[in-house]
Amino acid sequence: MLELVLCQAGYPEPMASVTLAHYLVLSAAMFVLGLVGFITRRNLIIMFLCTELMFQAAGLALIAFSRYHLNLDGQTFVIFVLTVAAAEAAMALALVVLLFRRRESLSSEEWAELKG
Amino acid sequence: MTGDVILTFAADAPVGVAPWWVMLIPALPMLGVILCTLMAIAGVRSKLPAWVTVGCLGASFVVAVAMLLNHGEGAAVAKAWDWFHISWGDAQGQQFNAIFGFYIDRLTILWMLFVTGLATLIGLYASEYMSHDVGPGYCRFFVAFNLFVFSMACLVMGANMLMLYLGWEGVGLCSYLLIGYYYKKPSAVAAGKKAFIVNRIGDLGLALGVYLTFVHFGTIEYAELFASDKLAGYLEHASHGDFSHIPLAAQVIPMLLMVGAFGKSAQLPLYVWLPDAMEGPTPVSALIHAATMVTAGVFLIARTYPVFQVSEYALPTVAWIGGLTAFFSATIGMAQFDIKRIMAYSTVSQLGYMFAGLGVLTSVGAAAHVFTHAFFKALLFLCCGAVMHGFAGQLDLRKLSGLWRMKGWGIVSITMLVGCLNLAGFPVITSGFWSKDMIMAEAFVRPGMGPVGWLLLITAGLTAYYTFRVFFRVFVGPQEYHPGDELHDDGHGAEHFHPHAPGWAINSVLVILAVLSFVAIPLVALNHGGWVGEMIHGSTAHYEAHAEAGHHGSVWLAGFNPHAVMYYISAVVGIAGILVAYALHLRGRTSAGEAPAAEAFKNALGPVQRWAEHKWYVDELYDFLFRKPLWVLSQIFRYVDMLLVDGLVNTAGWIPSALGGRLRRGQNGVLQSYAASMAGGLALFVVVVLILASRSG
Repeated sequence: MLELVLCQAGYPEPMASVTLAHYLVLSAAMFVLGLVGFITRRNLIIMFLCTELMFQAAGLALIAFSRYHLNLDGQTFVIFVLTVAAAEAAMALALVVLLFRRRESLSSEEWAELKG
Repeated sequence: MTGDVILTFAADAPVGVAPWWVMLIPALPMLGVILCTLMAIAGVRSKLPAWVTVGCLGASFVVAVAMLLNHGEGAAVAKAWDWFHISWGDAQGQQFNAIFGFYIDRLTILWMLFVTGLATLIGLYASEYMSHDVGPGYCRFFVAFNLFVFSMACLVMGANMLMLYLGWEGVGLCSYLLIGYYYKKPSAVAAGKKAFIVNRIGDLGLALGVYLTFVHFGTIEYAELFASDKLAGYLEHASHGDFSHIPLAAQVIPMLLMVGAFGKSAQLPLYVWLPDAMEGPTPVSALIHAATMVTAGVFLIARTYPVFQVSEYALPTVAWIGGLTAFFSATIGMAQFDIKRIMAYSTVSQLGYMFAGLGVLTSVGAAAHVFTHAFFKALLFLCCGAVMHGFAGQLDLRKLSGLWRMKGWGIVSITMLVGCLNLAGFPVITSGFWSKDMIMAEAFVRPGMGPVGWLLLITAGLTAYYTFRVFFRVFVGPQEYHPGDELHDDGHGAEHFHPHAPGWAINSVLVILAVLSFVAIPLVALNHGGWVGEMIHGSTAHYEAHAEAGHHGSVWLAGFNPHAVMYYISAVVGIAGILVAYALHLRGRTSAGEAPAAEAFKNALGPVQRWAEHKWYVDELYDFLFRKPLWVLSQIFRYVDMLLVDGLVNTAGWIPSALGGRLRRGQNGVLQSYAASMAGGLALFVVVVLILASRSG
């Protein structure tokens, strides 16, 4: 599977030099780490950090492609994403604080009121 | 008002304008409705509604008398306003017009006199009779009572068939309301519904008749209808016995109107509601279900008598139905034990006489019988009501005896005797004798109507028997009484029960009605129909004897001219009936319940007596023929609705609900499982895309 992904990126040889494939592998690794962290942890702050990690993984892929295609669209996009992410982080942490005040706990299991 | 603007026209002159004050006759009862309604709202707890009612109806009666004193020849119309004005078709050439107005001729005046007069008297009676209900029920009673008189006035005085229909439905409504007056009693509620539903069948006929009249004659105004050349042409044909030139539509109109009349006047086969209607308070039975409303059918035929004459079969049908009803219901009445029910069957029977009278072309006889019957039958009902009121609802003639000698019951007994003599047709001194004779004699004279005459003659004997059966059982003989089950006093129970004799209001009304039933004798007896005859001759119900004049005197009854000998025959029959009743129910009777002669007679009759007591199982037959099939049909519809229609709708609703029930389990509230399923879904999506890409690549 991984081979297939790399072939499509145009790089049959692994480990030749730092190529697009390396960035993408790193980006994928970061994303999966974030995802696994999000799924396995219960602490709201850690979960939030994991989402940030997934965010940055996607950003990294965008910058890599931007460089690869030699246009600035991807990088521009990432600047915007960073800006929004900063604002969102402020808001999300504020929410976490409020949620904590309600239940005196950071566990996400405390919040399950919409279950069917 | 002075006398110079009044109803003076020649019989064939154009219809004149009636003075405005005739409208007071329906307006005053309407005022009574409004006042009694306001009193109901205000929560009046006294006899005030009764006095207001008596005042309004009495004033209405005074206006009716003024109308009588001022009437002339022919007819007059008083128009209140244009009611309906509809036009359609090319250049609006088709028109339907109906005024809200009143058609006054002598027939109207005759009817309104006894309607308003009796309503006043019975209102006075009801003031005492209903006194145990003073409060909201008392107001409700008198609201419906006034509304009934208003509707009856619309019915009788209406200037067109639509007004008649308005009144027709109005009296039907009031009848329903008043039969169901004791609405906590299931049998009263059922009787009200039965009356209303059976009347619907008749009303359908009436509505179709009115419609066909408009379609065929182009108008439903009486004044225009009776003056129309078309109708005159048909009557010309009919007078020569030539019915083939009269279109079928014109001949069907009376057949349809007849159905309405049979429903309202309780004739075969629609009579079944009237005996059950006795569940209502007795004043209602006396006014609505004996004296006035049930004669509306007779009025309808009398009012549209020319229309009935253009059909070859209409009036003979009316005669046969009347004769059969008279006989049939008399046989039922003979076997009943509830005195009010006996009177109810006798009302059906006497209405049969009136229809037979119309059918054999003696509209004078029919009107005379309506007139006399109104007094003596109201009297009989009110006497029964006084007994019922005094003995806690007891109406079984086997439980009461010898009221004659009880203290305070003298007036009731004497007036009851007067009523019974009238109903039995006791010769010469009773008005019932004279009016009944006119009908019977004419039935024997009319060609082809002999069998109807015999039916009526036999019925006269049966009537005398069952009437005096009541009198001999309840009012004379050994003294005995058992109270009914309506003990509403201070809880003393049946063993301490004391009958309470009627008070001044009931007694005075009984005396007035008894006197009126004698006063009616010269009004119907003198000079072939007397005053009533004069009233009929000046109205649309007047029958021109055209080509049939030759038949008079040519028909013989047992070798004699019926007109000459009917008096003697019916006198003998009536007295024979009374004597039989005496032999069976008074002679040798030792207590209220034991009459050996009657028991022996009953045993000799065997099952016939039982069949008659069960009303020849007509209710059961109708139940089997109409109610059961309708019930089965309704059950079929019910299950089709429940299983098919509801089933489809419910299935459509069940699918999303079941699906949602399954999917709901996924919403477990664990954030991580949502994230995992999202990631899993994304992974699945990616795998699918890659596989598809590798295939196409």
